[in-house]
Amino acid sequence: MYSQGLIGSGSENEESEAFLARFQARIDAEEKIEPNDAMPLAYRKTLIRQIGQHAHSEIVGMLPEGNWITRAPTLRRKMALLAKVQDEGGHGLYLYSAAETLGVSREEMTEELLSGRAKYSSIFNYPTPTWADIGMIGWLVDGAAIMNQVPLCRCSFGPYARAMVRVCREESFHQRQGYEIVMTLAEGTDEQKEMAQDSLNRWWWPALMMFGPHDADSSNSDQSMLWKIKRFTNDELRQKFVDATVPQAEKIGLKIPDPDLKWNPEKNDGAGGYDFGALDWDEFWRVVKGGGPMNRDRIAARKAAWENGRWVREAALAHAAKREERAATAKVAAE
Amino acid sequence: MATHLTPLWEVFIRSRNGLNHKHVGSLHAADGDLALQSARDVYTRREEGNSIWVVRSEQILASDPDKAAETFEPAADKVYRHPSFYDIPDDVGHM
Repeated sequence: MYSQGLIGSGSENEESEAFLARFQARIDAEEKIEPNDAMPLAYRKTLIRQIGQHAHSEIVGMLPEGNWITRAPTLRRKMALLAKVQDEGGHGLYLYSAAETLGVSREEMTEELLSGRAKYSSIFNYPTPTWADIGMIGWLVDGAAIMNQVPLCRCSFGPYARAMVRVCREESFHQRQGYEIVMTLAEGTDEQKEMAQDSLNRWWWPALMMFGPHDADSSNSDQSMLWKIKRFTNDELRQKFVDATVPQAEKIGLKIPDPDLKWNPEKNDGAGGYDFGALDWDEFWRVVKGGGPMNRDRIAARKAAWENGRWVREAALAHAAKREERAATAKVAAE
Repeated sequence: MATHLTPLWEVFIRSRNGLNHKHVGSLHAADGDLALQSARDVYTRREEGNSIWVVRSEQILASDPDKAAETFEPAADKVYRHPSFYDIPDDVGHM
């Protein structure tokens, strides 16, 4: 609550050019912005939107994997998956709290998710029909998320950066457990290997889309870079991900489903990198706007969780009020 | 026996932007404004920080030290929450 009502920090609630220049100078000097500091309204709004979406992605992201907890093939896999899904829930909570320092309430953010006004990562609108998908999510989806999240540890907004440090530290096991699952399948029977390849075929392109539109089509990108909320562009991060992931696929004998994939020694300023094929942006926008295979299920599941939990929230508040009342009565009686 | 004690406050200091506020100690003060002023004088005389939080000590709820074992032990046998639990060949590179 320490930030609410302090927006603009008293004396500086007018966004004069001098104020904006001072703010940018702080950013350029790599100073962190903290919740009580004066900040442009657009900076605050951008962060509320981005951190909120990030938090929603963690929470909705529990659903595709939760689908396999009861059917994990061994106890070892089940423990790992439970621990991972539990982590994702925790990551959502860290992020919601970081957004709340900017003056938005948890209830408002929840309402925005349930009503469809707030987005979450498009990747979670794809189904997980096979066990290989659980490995693929850890390897590719968490791999892509890590690519994105590591630079966010240096984001200019202090609470977001600190939440990301915590998230990244915990995230490190997620990708490894995923890759271990995929590697085990790839070394297994023909059917298991085929299951892994089929899953890679389905997840590769959606994973690349996680980085968002091309830089030229990304409306928020330039300003976010200027404010050092983002440190790399969507296309830069996507390229890093492809370059890191292709050798990992080769190592276990899986084939990236892209006929245009080719090593290009000129890329990355002569360090070399992979050229890759065009992404299906129509699919991306269709899924972002609600037309993916699982959008309806995901939101329905979140709504059901919210509704089914209502009596618990109400009961807890009623119980707290009763205890407070009893304590007050006891105090009066004692005097 | 209605003695009015000056309330106790816990003090948290942020040494610079980007870092968490950290607990540095406590002090007595009649109200929040005085607590902030005292905290500045007691805990930041040598530029220890650029932001202070004060919280009434009675508002802080602490876990029970006698229950520390049952509270924290469940994390002890969950090695699978750590990256080193998973067997990934070294030549895959950093993951």
